[in-house]
Amino acid sequence: MSQAAGATRTLRVAVAGNPNTGKTTLFNQLTGSRGKVGNYPGVTVERHFALMPLANEYGDVGEVMLMDVPGTYSLSARSREEQLAIQAVAGLHPLERPDLVVCVVDATQLVRNLYLVLQLIELGLPVVVALNMSDRLEETGQALDAGALTEELGVPCIPIVAAKGTGLDTLKRAMVAVLREPELGQPGWRWEPDEPLLVADVRSVVKELPREWATDEQRARALALWALLSIDDSDELADIPPGLRAVVQRKRKFAEVSGRNLDEEIIRGRYQWLDARAKLFLRDTGARATLTDRIDRVLLHPALGFLIFLALMTVVFQALFAGADPVIGWIEGFFAWLGGVAGRALPTGIFADLVVKGLVAGVGSVLVFLPQILLLFLFLGFLEDTGYMARVAYLMDRVMKTLGLHGRAFVPMLSGYACAVPAILATRTMERQRDRLLTMLVVPLMTCSARLPVYGLLIAAMVPLGGSGPFTQGLMLAGMYLFSTVIALIAAAVLGRTVLKGPRVPLLLEMPPYRMPHLYSVVRLMWEKSFVFVKEAGTVILACTVVMWAILSFPRHAGNEALEGLGARAEAVQDAIEGRDPVASVAAADQRIAAERLQNSIGGQLGRALEPVIAPLGFDWKIGVGLIGAFAAREVFVSTMAVVYGMEGADESSTALRERLRTETRPDGARVYTPLVCLSLMVFFALSCQCMSTLAVVKRETRSWRWPSFLFVYMTVLAWIASFIVYQGGRLFGFE
Amino acid sequence: MVRLIDLADGQEGRLVRLEGERAFRRRLMELGLLPGTTVRIVRRAEIGGVIELEVRRARLTVRTSEASLVLVTP
Repeated sequence: MSQAAGATRTLRVAVAGNPNTGKTTLFNQLTGSRGKVGNYPGVTVERHFALMPLANEYGDVGEVMLMDVPGTYSLSARSREEQLAIQAVAGLHPLERPDLVVCVVDATQLVRNLYLVLQLIELGLPVVVALNMSDRLEETGQALDAGALTEELGVPCIPIVAAKGTGLDTLKRAMVAVLREPELGQPGWRWEPDEPLLVADVRSVVKELPREWATDEQRARALALWALLSIDDSDELADIPPGLRAVVQRKRKFAEVSGRNLDEEIIRGRYQWLDARAKLFLRDTGARATLTDRIDRVLLHPALGFLIFLALMTVVFQALFAGADPVIGWIEGFFAWLGGVAGRALPTGIFADLVVKGLVAGVGSVLVFLPQILLLFLFLGFLEDTGYMARVAYLMDRVMKTLGLHGRAFVPMLSGYACAVPAILATRTMERQRDRLLTMLVVPLMTCSARLPVYGLLIAAMVPLGGSGPFTQGLMLAGMYLFSTVIALIAAAVLGRTVLKGPRVPLLLEMPPYRMPHLYSVVRLMWEKSFVFVKEAGTVILACTVVMWAILSFPRHAGNEALEGLGARAEAVQDAIEGRDPVASVAAADQRIAAERLQNSIGGQLGRALEPVIAPLGFDWKIGVGLIGAFAAREVFVSTMAVVYGMEGADESSTALRERLRTETRPDGARVYTPLVCLSLMVFFALSCQCMSTLAVVKRETRSWRWPSFLFVYMTVLAWIASFIVYQGGRLFGFE
Repeated sequence: MVRLIDLADGQEGRLVRLEGERAFRRRLMELGLLPGTTVRIVRRAEIGGVIELEVRRARLTVRTSEASLVLVTP
């Protein structure tokens, strides 16, 4: 390829490799902070890409587009991610064929990683192999001759240490070389089927390949091998022409009846080729018992390892739950102060209200998540970097598998008890989209800290303090935790077998060696996550806050309120004359105005409109207003109820609000907040998705409105049914 | 011939046959567990229900239930 051709078109470089080989690290090292994240067309699997200039003393190819490919052990495809990998590197519809594939290889697990490299070479793609983690060969008792490997494979093989940035210049030089002269990375067949029967099978399949797939003979034969390995009755591959499918199935049938195993013939052929040559580039140096082995003897010990794991998780959880609390308090305090300042600086009116209760409160409600997000990703960064995360999956797989969850879902599930928002961001540590989605759909059921103020208020309204109070209250709270956990686990088991039913995938974990974490990469992870959250989820949360504010403040009848205000002031004058406290009655009038304003707002009307729907749960329209307010964030329920009852400023621990709830009656004189209604309301809060921030984050992570909508609907329906059972069932048994 | 999980920790076996559905067998083979390959048990986690193997110098963890579909000669 000439230099001129390179200048007219942005060259495309795909970064492929097995999972956990450091692809992302290399990608970040090569592109710095220029990376962008998008989606593969049509699916919600993330795709990182970045433009990077690629020039050095060997030449200049201008800007290249670097794209990452989902991690895969092979190009034979079954899952979405695997199919994307083949589409992305082979340039099948709808993705363009890359000009170069950089295959990242874990040098300590060389032969297994080279299996993928062989497939890439077969497809005729220009390949450069990055031998990552080459600094750890010695400790694993191996010595690698990169020159001999280059000789055997026929493509440049460059030892690198992506985490430290070693060898990247050489790698870039090789990339430039192959981009300029693709033949340097296209050696032609390494292993080729030679058994006559298999050769004949390949020839028949080639005839059925779509013309646009098979641009030359080598590629056609490679794709035929791919088809023979990938297609069967239960694959989930899209866009396979019926003719191709038919011929593959016919060939497989014939092979089967004549006692052949096509899969084994093809895979064995590649491995025999590799094994026969392994001794030319790989040498055993003996030393075996590595530090990792010694650490694992303790950390993966059946009893001790489990105890250490529990202790570690307790620390993580405690830090998220209690450690983040003071900082959250400061952020809330700061925005309350800022709102106060803005409120005093601006002339009273709708605009001031918008600024204080909409914008300032909105920005505050976004930033308030940061302490927990930063802390969680600090832990996750360390767990992932040290290699412990893979051990968590190892220790927890049996439990999680019964629920249909991935072993790695444990940490997100646990952090869900603090807050669903960081927990959903943390699902990223799982490779498969299905595992991530399933975790995202059940994490919001865990009892997060925002539910606590609501439970606190309702439990206090239910069980008066004193007597057996504190004990019963504690038990009830524990009961709510247990309830939400059980429901979340059941939901995982059900959703995993229905909505997210996927092919059963054998668990394949790799235990990466223990490593000292790199502070830089941990800090970078924390920064990236927070930035993405503020920028992408934050804007949605802010917009929702403003909408919520509008719903709860409009329409307002300025005339009426002014009249009422005048009336209140006249009353105050009267009070002063008669010797009562005028300030108190003005305040009381203001609260009455606020309550009326809320009741007449769109939200208030919605609450009334909701009444027929929520009446079977024992809720009246005022609770309906509270539920609408709680959508901004669950704890807002408390302050909304305070406003509804004209007690602005009260919180869940204020006795006045509890008393007010206890004495609130229906038009017929019956109590509203009977213990049964409180319980029904708590169950509703436990299960419903009253949290726009959660929905905003799920939207951000799945890049579609489909999953947040599903999440909202399924949780709300679940909550309604559960509350209905509690309330109506309770009444049947004579409770109230 | 015994099941892979019946080997003792640290013991080696030679793979004879893979059972189970096609996708599972294909995946194991693609990871290098072909008939004739030597497999060593590194350790197992009873609580986690998984077993760590060494194949072609690479470490790999599979579920106990899946390792019982792998037949070896000690």
